[in-house]
Amino acid sequence: MSTVATSQIKLTPEHARPRASVRSRLQDALPKIVLAPSFAITIVFVYGFILWTIYLSFTNSKTFPSYVLTGSRAYQRLWGWTFDTDPPSSWYTSITNMGIFGFLYIAICLALGLFLAILLDQKIRGEGVLRPIYLYPMALSFIVTGVAWKWFLDPGLGLEQTLHQWGWTSFHFDWIKNKDFVIYTVVIAGVWQASGFIMAMFLAGLRGIDGEIMKAAQIDGATTFQLYRRIVIPLLRPIFLSAFIVLAHLAIKSYDLVVALTSGGPGGSAWLPSNFMYEYTFKRNEMAVGSASAVIMLMTIVAIIVPYLYSELREKPR
Amino acid sequence: MSAVTIPARQASGGVNVKVINRIVIYGLLALFALFYLMPLFVMLVTSFKTMDEIQNGNMLALPRAPTFDPWLKAWGETCVGLTCAGIKGYFWNSIKMVVPAVLISTMLGALNGYVLTKWRFRGATLVFGLMLFACFIPFQSVLLPMATILGSLGRFGVTLQNATGTSFGLGNPTVNLVFVHVVYGIGFTTLFFRNYYEAFPTELVKAAQVDGASFFQIFRRIMLPNSMPIFVVTVIYQFTNIWNDFLFASAYAGTGDAMPMTVALNNVVNTSTGVVEYNVNMAAAMIAALPTLLVYVLAGRYFVRGLMAGAVKG
Repeated sequence: MSTVATSQIKLTPEHARPRASVRSRLQDALPKIVLAPSFAITIVFVYGFILWTIYLSFTNSKTFPSYVLTGSRAYQRLWGWTFDTDPPSSWYTSITNMGIFGFLYIAICLALGLFLAILLDQKIRGEGVLRPIYLYPMALSFIVTGVAWKWFLDPGLGLEQTLHQWGWTSFHFDWIKNKDFVIYTVVIAGVWQASGFIMAMFLAGLRGIDGEIMKAAQIDGATTFQLYRRIVIPLLRPIFLSAFIVLAHLAIKSYDLVVALTSGGPGGSAWLPSNFMYEYTFKRNEMAVGSASAVIMLMTIVAIIVPYLYSELREKPR
Repeated sequence: MSAVTIPARQASGGVNVKVINRIVIYGLLALFALFYLMPLFVMLVTSFKTMDEIQNGNMLALPRAPTFDPWLKAWGETCVGLTCAGIKGYFWNSIKMVVPAVLISTMLGALNGYVLTKWRFRGATLVFGLMLFACFIPFQSVLLPMATILGSLGRFGVTLQNATGTSFGLGNPTVNLVFVHVVYGIGFTTLFFRNYYEAFPTELVKAAQVDGASFFQIFRRIMLPNSMPIFVVTVIYQFTNIWNDFLFASAYAGTGDAMPMTVALNNVVNTSTGVVEYNVNMAAAMIAALPTLLVYVLAGRYFVRGLMAGAVKG
């Protein structure tokens, strides 16, 4: 495919004729000229800005950017805060939350997504109705659905009050107001938003499996459970990988989830690193520290994404 | 299509087991459907209730006397920060931001995809890889430099304004947001079109070249007429993403009259003066959700395809 594409240019009639050489050279360069602005924009506003942020993280910037390098003070402070547990520093809270949220969000979304996909793959009548219902949260902003979740989880208004009205008066559910549990409400809402999408990915994977393999296994007397555990799930491995990548980068980028649901939680107890960065940069005038935390977020993503993209783009050199 | 079905195995186990199995499966599926629908349902019913009914009634109960007042109030009267003129202005702000941003980023994506697949050059994969990675970065890592640049452009705009009488849009928060969304959206749009055109028969392009068609003629006459599905996918994806964006919106237009819908909604909900009017909040949230919800209902299939294209290799 790629050889065909590269040799095309030489087939252009203009090339055959020596006249109009300026015009033909322009025609030659035209594709690159068209691509150039987008590429330049990416280089400047993505990679240039990343370097700029890295630079700022090594300065002493507070409210305004300062361009005098002062060494790794910002990182040293973050490193110090990492172990500041009594009382926990905002950074300690943010990265601990990231760990809890990231692990539970990814694990539950994968498990629930696979489970729902397998259920939906049982020749269900009304699949066309159910699938969009599972998936719609992905189309809505969390700023919107956060309003509903906040209400639902509020002990005085939502679930707790409703169950009290129905007679279960001993029911108690105030995680959203509790600094030790507020991050778990973020997990619930996050799973609600993304699990339907993961379901769709697994469902597409299940539909792609060759029916013959299944039939052969069934003839050999495999039980349904064995069939799924030994054959179907191993065949879905590429989907697991894609889903993991999607979820991991969504988890690290989660920002509005925390803002809409908890406004940061009691005393910033629901912060993720993304919230930490925003608060320190724009509200607490600690620009260098904010930049350093952004760099750490970026490095985490790089560690996950770059090997994945590299293998994706290399696998089939087109 | 996979041929595994739980009943297939149980066929020998008798009709009862089969029926019970089906009931369990449908029961679980219905239960999860309720879980996913619940927030939307609560939002919808609450937005039609009076405050009285909310305080004394059940969260899940249907409104006894449905009223449209909360919607009217959210649209025209509710307070966003200190100005109390409803969210209608912010709704239009979002439209003014979304439409150009979607069109520009989609067009650029189409051209990029066309070049990257049909006019390949040495290093094309690297160029694509660099653009693709831009989709995944946490935007926190570019937030601050962009704020600085937009600030300088704004000051330059004031100078221009004084010198020539027009600022050419420099410093206008809506223009800024359009720019930001185009810059950080072309990675996605390029990915979509690149994967789509990859499968497009190169022979057609080749034949047109032999006939003497130019770069843009081929694009206009051959590629564009065959790109309808991917245009729909890209436009929907970009529309949803940009409409729902909160981080850029709050960083670059977080205050003042130009803030987009998401920021305004967050302000409405977190305004803590007087009694919190939950019905108005819910109505405001519904209004903010309607455009994307509408697109999802009308063209959900394409939306899912867009999500998938971003996740699974094409």
